[in-house]
Formats: sequence, C-alpha cells, structure tokens
Amino acid sequence: MDPVFFPANLLLSLAIFSLGVMGVLWHRNALSVFMSIELMLNAGNLALISFAQRFGDSAGAGLVLFVMTVAAAEAGVGLAIFIRLYRQRSTVELDKADELQG
Amino acid sequence: MLDHLWLIPVFPALAALICGVWGRRLQRRAGWVAIAAMLLSSALAASATAAFVGAPDRPPIRYVLFDWIQVGALQIPFSLLIDQLTVVMLVVVSFIGTLVFIYSTGYMKGDPGYARFFSFMSLFAAAMYLLVLADNFVVLFIGWEGVGLCSYLLIGYYMEKDWCADAGKKAFIVNRIGDLGFVLGIALIFAACGNLDISHVSQHAAERFEAAGWLITAATLLLFLGAIGKSAQIPLFVWLPDAMAGPTPVSALIHAATMVTAGVYMVARCNALFALAPVTMAVVGLIGAATALVAASIGLTQRDIKKVLAYSTVSQLGYMFMALGVGAFATGIFHLYTHAFFKGALFLCAGSVICALHHEQDMLHMGGLRKAMPVTWMTYLLATLAITGCPLTAGFFSKDEILWRAASAGSLLGWILWVIGLLSALMTAVYMFRSLYLTFHGPSRVEPEKRAHVRESPASMTLPLILLAAGSIMAGWIGLPQWLGGSRFEHFLEPVLRAGRESIAETAGHAFELAVTALSVAVFLAGWLVAHRFFLTGYPERAERAAQRFGFLYRLSANRWWWDDAYNAVIVRGFMHLTFCLGWLDQHVVDGLVNGTGRAAASLGDAFRWLQNGRVQFYAFAILRGVNVLILVLLYGHAGDLLAEVARFIEMGVILNR
Repeated sequence: MDPVFFPANLLLSLAIFSLGVMGVLWHRNALSVFMSIELMLNAGNLALISFAQRFGDSAGAGLVLFVMTVAAAEAGVGLAIFIRLYRQRSTVELDKADELQG
Repeated sequence: MLDHLWLIPVFPALAALICGVWGRRLQRRAGWVAIAAMLLSSALAASATAAFVGAPDRPPIRYVLFDWIQVGALQIPFSLLIDQLTVVMLVVVSFIGTLVFIYSTGYMKGDPGYARFFSFMSLFAAAMYLLVLADNFVVLFIGWEGVGLCSYLLIGYYMEKDWCADAGKKAFIVNRIGDLGFVLGIALIFAACGNLDISHVSQHAAERFEAAGWLITAATLLLFLGAIGKSAQIPLFVWLPDAMAGPTPVSALIHAATMVTAGVYMVARCNALFALAPVTMAVVGLIGAATALVAASIGLTQRDIKKVLAYSTVSQLGYMFMALGVGAFATGIFHLYTHAFFKGALFLCAGSVICALHHEQDMLHMGGLRKAMPVTWMTYLLATLAITGCPLTAGFFSKDEILWRAASAGSLLGWILWVIGLLSALMTAVYMFRSLYLTFHGPSRVEPEKRAHVRESPASMTLPLILLAAGSIMAGWIGLPQWLGGSRFEHFLEPVLRAGRESIAETAGHAFELAVTALSVAVFLAGWLVAHRFFLTGYPERAERAAQRFGFLYRLSANRWWWDDAYNAVIVRGFMHLTFCLGWLDQHVVDGLVNGTGRAAASLGDAFRWLQNGRVQFYAFAILRGVNVLILVLLYGHAGDLLAEVARFIEMGVILNR
C-alpha cells in the first residue's frame, strides 16, 4: 500500500472527529448520538493507524484492534440501554431523559 | 473514745443512706434507724463535752482524715477540729437534734414520705456536724452547702403543693447570694494566707493581714455576706419566713435551732479575723440590730403561729450578730445556745398545736387550748418566758448579757445597739405573749367540727417538749452575769474566742450592770402588760382600735415592711424583663444567625443549580470545553483564553436553561 500523504490522513481524522463531536452535542435522538460517538472512535482509530504507518510502529495498529473490540461491546450495552429506555417512555430523545438533576 | 470523734457525722450520714435506699422496706422503722444514729453521735459528742469540761485548758483535738485536694500551692486536707466552741455546737445539735427526731416520729406518723423525711433529716444532721467540726474553710463549705441542700429538700417536703416547692426554691436562691460572698471571702483568705485551715489562718491572722486594712475588711465583709444569707439577716432574711412551708420539726431543728445559727457560728469561729476589721464589726452589729428591730416589728401582726416564730427567730439571730458586732463573741454564742432550747421548744409546741388542730396555723382560729393541751400550754409558757427575758430563765441571762455588752462597749455604736436591742426586747415580749394568749387563752375560736377532737399530743411529742422547756429555764444557769458570780460559759470558751475579749470593757461596775438588767426586766414586764391588756382582757376591741389608730405602723408591720414586694417589683420583675429582652435577642438575633447560615447555603446551592440539569449533552459539552481549556493552557498558557472559555461555557448553560 502506498503511503498516503500523512497530514491529509490526520486532517480527515480531525474532520470526522469534529463531525462526531457536533453530532453528540446537537442530535436529540439517542441513536444518532450513539452513531456520532462511533464516528469519534473511528476518527481516533484513523489517527492511530496513520501514526503507526508514519513511524513504522505496529503498537498503534494493535491498539486500534482493542478500540474496535471495546466499541463493539459498548454498542451492545448501549443499545440494550436504549431499548430499556424506549420501553419505559416510548422515546429515546435525550432531552426527555433529564430526571437526574438537582 | 476521743480518737474516734470524727465518726460523729458518719453515723447520721449512714442513717440517711439506709433510710433513703431501703425506706420503703423499713417504713416506720426508718425513724428508729435515724434516732439510733443520732444517739450514737450524741454519745460521742457527750464524751467530747466531758473531756473538755473536765480539763478546761485542753488544747484542741485535730484530725486530718486524708489529703483531699493537692494542686500546686493549694493544699486542702480533710481536717476536723474539736475545741470548746465546737463542743458547744455539738451539744446544741446533738441534744436538740435527737429530741426533734423523737418528736418527728409522732408528728410525721402516717405520712407517706416518712422514710424520705428521716433520710433528709439525717443527712442534715451529718452536714451540720461536719460544718461545726470542720477545721478547713473548704470542709466547712461542704457542711455549709450540705445543710443548705437539706434545708431546700425539707422546705419543699410537701412538694406536691406549689407554694411549698416555691418556698424551697426561694430559700435556695436567696442563699446563693450569700454563698457567693462566702466563696469569694474564702478565696481572698487563701490569696492572703496561702492556707485554708481555720486554726492556721486564725493563728497567723495578725501577721498576714494589716489590722483594719482593706484586705481583711473585704474578706470579713464577704464572709459576713455568707452569714447574712444563711442566718437570714437584712437584706436576705426574706427566705426564712417562707421556709415555714416545711414540716414543723424541720422548722424547729433547721430554721430555728441549728442551721440558721451557722452564720453566727462561722463569724465566731473566725473571730481572730473579724477582730482585725473594726469596720466589719460595726457592720455586723448594725445589721444585726436592724434585723432584730425590723423582724420583731413584723412579728407583732402575723396571724400564722409559725410565721410569728419565724420572725422571732430572725430577730433573735439579729441579737446574736449584735453581740458579735460589739466583740462579745462568747455572748453571741451563749445566746445561740439558749435560743436553740427555747425556740426549739416553741416550734415543737406550735407543731403540737398544729397537729391537734389538723394543720390549722392561723392563730385567729385557735384560742382556749390551755385546758385541752395542758403540757403543750405549759411548755409554751415556759419557753415564752425564756425568750421574752423573764428573770432567771435562760433567755434572761443571754439576752441581758448582750444588752449589757452593748451598753458597756463604751462607744456611740454600743449605745445605739443597746437602745435598738431594748426596743426589740419590748416588741419580743409583746408578740410572744400575744401568740401565747391568742393560742392558748381566751375563748375558743377553733372551728366547731374540729373543737371536739382537740387532744393532747402523744408522749413521743410531749417528752421532747418537756425536756426542751426544762432546758429553756435551766440552760442559762451556766452563764450567770458578773454580779451573780460571772459566766462559766464565757470562761469555758475563752481559749477559742480570745480575740474578742480584748475589745470588751471589763471595768464597768456591778452597779451599772444591775441598772441595765433592771431596765431589761422593766421592758419585759411592760411588754407582758401590753400583751395582757391588748390580747387577753381587751381582745379583740382594744387591739383593733390600736391597729386603726396607728394605721401606717400597722400596715408597715402587717405587710412586712413591703420587703418582699420591693424585691418582687425590683429584682424579680426586673429579671423577668431582662429575660424577656434576652429571649427576643435569642429568637431574632441568635436564631437569625443560625437560620441565615442555612439560608445562605441554600441560596448558594440555587446559584449553581443550573450546572446539574440532568442533560447528558450538556455534560458532554462541559467536558469538551474543559478539554479545550486544557489544550489552550498547555499550548499558550494565556489566562485570558481560559476566562473566555469559561464565559462561553456559562453563556451556553444560561441559554440551555432558559
């Protein structure tokens, strides 16, 4: 595989991460927020891979595997929580779930 | 036997414990336990008396039971001392005490608190013994407060009645004022002498204190303040008449014969100190004289037989202080000793009458009891003769000697005291015979349904009466005036009460003494005559006419010189106002501060409440901003950026919460 222009990789990662952050902050639907979180995670993965390739150190690539595993587990737990949430109040809008306040 | 005299207070203390703990099981036997303890103590007291009477110049016996308090310079051994003065007090306490205990078994018969009564009485006896035996001001103070406590407990004995409980509290609170002075006086003495053993302080008084200096004057005045409270002198005498709320044997033992004389005893015990302070001596004499006069004048118009006797006690205590004031310490103690007999007898007679009339105390509802109660009448008559100063009775010798000492003091003060003393003696004769006539003579004014049941009291009550009446007559024969051979009593006390002797004129001739005596006898006869005309032959018309003619004086006496009213108006009401103000302060200022603290915390919480709004995305936003801040600080370290970030964050929060 040809080495990709390194700064372009990082810029892409930054753009995806920022999109993820905006999604997390601005989407109301819990599933959308969840997907935005996945975006952020994968932006991080992209950055890790790029650095691993740039510096020839496979530790970064290894770490990505772990992140993907954790992300999958997290997705499972998160979706289960949303299903419970939906059964309780027939919606998964995050603005409606604000009982934990002072 | 002499090695174990410290056991004297122990027996009654044990009896108090036994009667108090096992009272319900003992029931009537509680009385026997208490009397047995008193008899044991009396036996020891008798052996001490025999030892000292047998060897007149015997040095004092001192016991140091244990080292009680040792803190730096403060060394307080638990020390007791027996000397001639102690012996006199032991005789009074043990003799009168035992008789009153025996009397009480009759008087308190069937009372539900029988064992409690004897427990308190025994505790009183123990404290009183400790008081007279103490050789240390602090040990003396235990006894002093102990008798005060028992006085409070026994005045409020019928505590289910509000006015009895109130009388107990009044006695306790009024005595606090005096006791404060007493404690301060002790502290001053310690500051000056570094030692609190009375015998030590007395011995070295002249070295430690400058004669007539301000220090000794202040110390003795403070000690005397304690005596004023305990011995019910002006201005703290108001508690004693109210103390009559207690059972009559209590009035006889505590509020006539023993406890109230503790002040007189204390002043005499500290005679070496008082003799160094002429100003204090003058104050003692004047307060005594004023009290004698005021109390006697109040006694003239009281209707309650016990109140008459109470004011009489106050008046007689004033006499004792008068004697102390002119330096005649032995004479004051002599009057204390004779007074214990006749006032004890009078109170027990009054108790006998009250018992027979089912707790009637108003003399206007008595009268004509002479036939129904011959023993009580006879003993009351003898004791009355003694207190009014009928020649050859105990009271005659002691009261006459006080008047003579005052007259022969050779100072203006002495003459003033003598005139006041004579005036008080006149009034004493009038009110005592008035009480005798109203109670035992004339037509019966007893309520008809009670009249048929009036009986002489049982032997347990009349026997002490007879013994005390005999004492009222004969107790004075050991203190004869100089024209009859001189006072053996005074001679006996000389080793202890040396200090006063020097200030008493011994040169006055027998003729002068006889003249003073003749005047006293004339006053006694005049008082008797007045009482006879106004309260026996011409009663009640003549008494009523006199009351109308001297309207102001009558009201002055009947209203007790408005003394209680003045205290109520100034001190009690003033205190109520003060507490009201303090209450307002507490509710509005102190509580305001406390509530304000709570409210401040709550509003602080309100100010930050928007931070905790439960919206997950807001929290995520906060995290993002936080990370931004960290990055900016790490990259540039600009405080301004940091503030701008925080401001943006807060702005966002406000928008979100709108």
